[in-house]
Amino acid sequence: MKYAYYPGCSLRESAQEFDISVQAVMERLGVELEEIPDWTCCGASAAEPVSKLMNYVLPARNLAIVEKEMGAMDVLAPCSACYLNLLKVDREVIGNRHLHGRVNEVLAASGLVYGGTVKVRHLLDVLLNDVGAKIVEQKVTDSLEGMTVAPYYGCQILRPYPVFDDPGRPTSMEPILKALGATVHKWDFGNRCCGASLMVGHRDVALRSVADILAGAEGADVIVTVCPLCQMNLEAYQSQAVKSGGRHVPVIYLSQLMGLAFGMGEKLMQLKKNMTLTGTARKDFNAKVWRPDVQSEGEDEAVDMSG
Amino acid sequence: MSGTMKQTWSPPTDELQSVLAELKETVGACMQCGTCTASCPNEFAMDVTPRRMWRMIQFGMLDEILESRTFWFCSSCYMCTLRCPRGLKLTSAMSALKRLASLDGSRQARKNGAFYEAFMDNVETYGRVQETIMMNGYFLKRKDPAVPLAFIPMGMKMMARGKLHMPSGRQRGLLKPLFSKAREMEGGI
Ligand code: SF4
Ligand code: SF4
Repeated sequence: MKYAYYPGCSLRESAQEFDISVQAVMERLGVELEEIPDWTCCGASAAEPVSKLMNYVLPARNLAIVEKEMGAMDVLAPCSACYLNLLKVDREVIGNRHLHGRVNEVLAASGLVYGGTVKVRHLLDVLLNDVGAKIVEQKVTDSLEGMTVAPYYGCQILRPYPVFDDPGRPTSMEPILKALGATVHKWDFGNRCCGASLMVGHRDVALRSVADILAGAEGADVIVTVCPLCQMNLEAYQSQAVKSGGRHVPVIYLSQLMGLAFGMGEKLMQLKKNMTLTGTARKDFNAKVWRPDVQSEGEDEAVDMSG
Repeated sequence: MSGTMKQTWSPPTDELQSVLAELKETVGACMQCGTCTASCPNEFAMDVTPRRMWRMIQFGMLDEILESRTFWFCSSCYMCTLRCPRGLKLTSAMSALKRLASLDGSRQARKNGAFYEAFMDNVETYGRVQETIMMNGYFLKRKDPAVPLAFIPMGMKMMARGKLHMPSGRQRGLLKPLFSKAREMEGGI
């Protein structure tokens, strides 16, 4: 299994722990990732409010490179926003002759053209449908037995184009979490918006969403995410959201959690970069306090942001 | 403002008219069922509900549209787009409304559009987003010292966790030709 890897900007900036854990875990699963040469930003959700054309050209440029230089391999994108923007080219540009022509007219300024043959896949889709929960289970050395995990899907892998999951009741993370030995926290907030970039300009509004999500995780040991923006909003603003009714709960990328269950250790999984994983929370992870056979000391201890 | 037919004739530029035309096409088939409003997680913060906004677009009530701040509260969650029984691309409509307001260029629009613009400026220059420089660009556009101050605690946390990085210039300029071409074709951006 080999994919053209599109890490996206966040994974090379504030979300490096996502990048590193994805690469390590995929390697362990026998998946080869080849980075797209000179890939550039997909535009996230900031391009569409500025330029309709660039909203399609930015992701299309990367797909054009894959088509030309990588034999139209499937693209794997771990970030939800990147995934949707790349997918939108397929769903909204290809098949629309006028728009497709305009996008290619812009791409021609860089000597590129995109025909439309590349398939875009999200990390979760590849894990679930190409790798499969069975292989994941085979790699587990440190089962997460006893840990209750709240799967947080966010928006853009489910909507507006449901490809590998039910947007109303997403479950695609469950087979993987179960393969790791974890218990799935049942909740209604897995597909709720985290507020996305409203956190920058209208923080009070976004905090309300984050507070609701955190409150909904009551009973879970940890929330897992598959998007750097969700991760950022749930982590960095957690102490503020707690004041509006949320609760403290560690937040971790799915790939980091998988790495821990594969015995790759907190250092390689860069748990120190997670803003909600304080010294105490990391110690709990190492001691596997959720295990039925382990004495739980600091189980309900609040996670503060100072450590 | 009720649902009366009202045409407004503020002096709109060609681009404004073309975005308005795009919007009318996008929401033209809206049957006012209200599913979008009921699905929106940020509706509580909006001055006009999404459903009413589509009506205002259908009637071409440009002044009222531009007075509203509704679209600045859209977080692109795609819930409305997923659920609309008419299959309308409502999240795209919200983005087009942001573009419309930016073209109009009010103070409100400059303030609310600052983040998107700072983001795109950064992408145009560096090819890949350089978060620290991008946030600085955003602060400059906001021209309000209280804005960066509110980000200090978060910046400290990120610094402590090794999440702030020196900018990389390796893809610098790579996207310039594309931005220039698109700007030429769209007459603006
Ligand atoms: S859900 Fe669709 S049809 Fe119903 S009011 Fe909203 S836009 Fe109109
Ligand atoms: S996409 Fe925007 S308008 Fe639609 S439901 Fe989400 S926040 Fe509301």
